[in-house]
Amino acid sequence: MCNLVSIARRVGAPRIVPTRGIPYPTGAPELGPEAERAWRRELLERALHALSTPVTEPTVFDGDPVQ
Amino acid sequence: MRIAHYLNQFFAGVGGEDAAGAGPDLREGAVGPGKRLAALMGDEHPIVATAFCGDDHASGHPEFAAALVEEMREMGAELLIAGPAFTSGRYGLACGRIVSAAAQAGLPALAAMHPDNPGLAEAGGTPVVASGATAREMRPSLERLAAAARKLAAGEELTTEDGRIGLVPRTNRLAKRSAAQRAAALVLERLGGDREATEIPLPSFDQVTPAAPVADPADALVALLTEGGFVPAGNPDRLESARATKWVRHSLEGLDSVQAGEFESVHGGFSTQWANADPNRILPLDVARELEREGAIGGLHSEYFATTGNGTTVADARRFGVEWAAELHQAHIQAVILTAT
Repeated sequence: MCNLVSIARRVGAPRIVPTRGIPYPTGAPELGPEAERAWRRELLERALHALSTPVTEPTVFDGDPVQ
Repeated sequence: MRIAHYLNQFFAGVGGEDAAGAGPDLREGAVGPGKRLAALMGDEHPIVATAFCGDDHASGHPEFAAALVEEMREMGAELLIAGPAFTSGRYGLACGRIVSAAAQAGLPALAAMHPDNPGLAEAGGTPVVASGATAREMRPSLERLAAAARKLAAGEELTTEDGRIGLVPRTNRLAKRSAAQRAAALVLERLGGDREATEIPLPSFDQVTPAAPVADPADALVALLTEGGFVPAGNPDRLESARATKWVRHSLEGLDSVQAGEFESVHGGFSTQWANADPNRILPLDVARELEREGAIGGLHSEYFATTGNGTTVADARRFGVEWAAELHQAHIQAVILTAT
């Protein structure tokens, strides 16, 4: 789970979940506490989906845009 | 030749991590390390403008590069020099992006960074020369950069002898010696013990074979890992904030989330204010526990592993990875969620 997706791809990370900011991979301080936590949960659900999906090369799991 | 110089917010004197989100801007003349570079380049090649951008902004907004290049050209720049970025990942990424954007716009460009900098590949085929690992090596790094810039300004090609690193586009040219002579010379160099000699350096891509997926996360043991310099408050193991040579492990048993004041990030590559205000922004234990309780995750590993990914050498990072994999296999962990800053 990271913000610098191009680097994750280049080093061969098989399953990549893009996040919002370098200093807080599973945070989004601008959302406010409740919405941030909901967003973090969605990120982790996306990560669990990625972990149970077969991949053959670096694959980005960005799903639906999160508001 | 009129030069434009690119720096990050730190070297441009705008501010430290507090200013990493600052947008792109330009100033006339040389700034910070650009003054030394200007002295090295002499009156023949004046630095007419200094462009800069906050590292976080440059990482998150790749379009900053094309916009700055356009402005530099309006200020009369004929050559762009970026860096040196040393091993700073975000700064290297910005330097790689801006020299690549300049080259695409027809503006000759050159960057300097350490060969381990993850931003190197962003430069594509635009020339990059090696710098030292840290700003302590500013002086020799600037000297090499200036020498390479002078060569480029004279219309010459940069080679590995100039310290060139990264991708080198292949071009046709007439060689002085025949192919047979060059091949024999390379064989002799090999026999003489030089394992690196080559006319065609190959790009080094990490080939990673993805692990098979877990059948169902609801039955899997999952570990949380991070390179975000994540430690218990007070950093009892003295994990380094940069150029880490080790990793740490700490128990998550009995914890429902990671609380401010109990955990913190000692990462030296970004402002840790957000991570320290809510450590779940680096290690998402709060929602991982929630998902574990609901049965969406079979179980969470009883401890987390962390190191600091900030100027860390590839060799050390590789070793951490091997050690983590061995530990996790032994603990029968089936999947890992790793957060990266």
